[in-house]
Amino acid sequence: MKESIRIAGGQGFWGDLPEAPVRQVEEGPIDYLMLDYLAEVTMSIMQKQRSRDPAAGYAKDFVGLMRQILPTCIEKNIKVTANAGGVNVEGCAAAVQGVARELGLAGKFQLGIVTGDDIMQRLDDFISRGIELRNMDTDEPLSIVRDRIQSANVYLGAWPMVEALNRGAQIVITGRATDTGLTLAPMIHEFGWAVDDWDRLASGTIAGHIIECGAQASGGNCQYEWRSIPNLATVGFPIVEALPDGTFVVTKHKGTGGWVIIPSIKEQLVYEMGDPREYLTPDCVADFTTVQLEYEGTDRVRVFGIEGRPATQFLKVSISYSAGYKAVGTLVYSWPEAYEKAKAADRILRTRLDRLGLKFDQILTEFLGVNATHGPLAGQPRDDLPEVQLRVAVRSDDRAAVERFTKEIAPLVLTGPPGVTGFAGGRPKVEEIVAYWPALIPKGEITPRVEIVEA
Amino acid sequence: MRIQLLNLAHARSGDKGDTANVGLIALEDKYYPLLVREVTNDRVKKHFAGICKGKVERFELPNLGALNFLLHESLGGGGTLSLMTDAQGKTFSTALLRMEIEIPDQEAQELGLA
Repeated sequence: MKESIRIAGGQGFWGDLPEAPVRQVEEGPIDYLMLDYLAEVTMSIMQKQRSRDPAAGYAKDFVGLMRQILPTCIEKNIKVTANAGGVNVEGCAAAVQGVARELGLAGKFQLGIVTGDDIMQRLDDFISRGIELRNMDTDEPLSIVRDRIQSANVYLGAWPMVEALNRGAQIVITGRATDTGLTLAPMIHEFGWAVDDWDRLASGTIAGHIIECGAQASGGNCQYEWRSIPNLATVGFPIVEALPDGTFVVTKHKGTGGWVIIPSIKEQLVYEMGDPREYLTPDCVADFTTVQLEYEGTDRVRVFGIEGRPATQFLKVSISYSAGYKAVGTLVYSWPEAYEKAKAADRILRTRLDRLGLKFDQILTEFLGVNATHGPLAGQPRDDLPEVQLRVAVRSDDRAAVERFTKEIAPLVLTGPPGVTGFAGGRPKVEEIVAYWPALIPKGEITPRVEIVEA
Repeated sequence: MRIQLLNLAHARSGDKGDTANVGLIALEDKYYPLLVREVTNDRVKKHFAGICKGKVERFELPNLGALNFLLHESLGGGGTLSLMTDAQGKTFSTALLRMEIEIPDQEAQELGLA
């Protein structure tokens, strides 16, 4: 057994700094690279891509990244866990195989493919057997949006990835897998943790939570003494140095920007937190009130004391459904009386929408520079504001109404209050809303599949 | 004396559906009991009047010197349904740091705040 392993976070979301994972691989020693590509609604975007092109439906960026880093990963024996497979894990794996052939690396490594998360074709069967997949937030049964569903995937945990690693995979590609599982799986694989070793599983889960948002643990978006954070331009993404006993150190490569300090770790620990005693994953329940932190050197924070409890008998399901249309229009009003003019323009716009008889589920007006972030907490603005951006957003099931709204913004420049600009981008785009439906499903209904193929 | 939370804590916020979470972290461990005593559910609910339409829940993390607040029905439907600039509640953290609390002068002195 290795004495410790280094697991590097390479992406905080699909679209994060493209060179971050490359630098993780090249700028210092690591054993594993974990890459989280799937936000809550990403699966539906991928589903749409696949409906247009059966070969698509996964994170294409991942394939480009593999082209860049695969030779180094093989040379240094760095393993990769990535939920880049989206709704087409096999397609993603095939693309990586193609890259391996291009690079002359065919036959040099094994690919692990984890599937079984996609339950789109089984929904009617579940509903007919009384598994209602009620919305965890609203308690409504799934049947009310049944005809608008675009994707349905179960969050798989660490264990299928562990199996892939145990069977020799160097690159593990999954569909919908938990962010935390991508980090926990290498620890279980290397250290042989048991399925009921709840404290250690919770430790690995919390390690995953700390690095799953990329640089948010190492100086990015850090409020604590933000002016003092060194060199964010070259921010180093976080790395977990894990030990067999479950304790770990959070750090980053030497010479990179940002910082790993107790306050930056605390900020990431509380990010998107619910009940801190009940952090639920497919692998365990982690208790964030047991986390202890101490310094172990510059840019090194040791994390220990973590306790966990048995996992629940349910898995979380991420379902996406079509929920109407929206559009956002903006204009900028300048001094003098910038705010007053923006408010007047909003009244004029709303009157015109009214006269057109358009029906919206919601019209939201915000004034950037006045109240868009803190609302009424921002208080009254000073009366000589240099400029204010008017931002009006609408939502409706009726695409035509939203379309019509987008034609009412530009005319305000010639038919509304003076001192207005900022309409260079053309008409606002109508956007289809794909909404998220979280639900639970009994674990027994789901069987993950693990396949190992030669690259 | 009155003091703004900005001087006592840092924070990070995020979203889960239509619920915003705000983690409030004491800048120094010795401020934590003050946060526990003063930054109650009721105070936070009042602070976010007109923004948070549902209930406020609070969880204590003494090990981190932190409180975690859940502000239900705060994000205009949440996720992609929301029309808000800050649909993910990212700036609720600094919005909470605007709050002012009252501390007895002697306690403020003992904490090195006066």
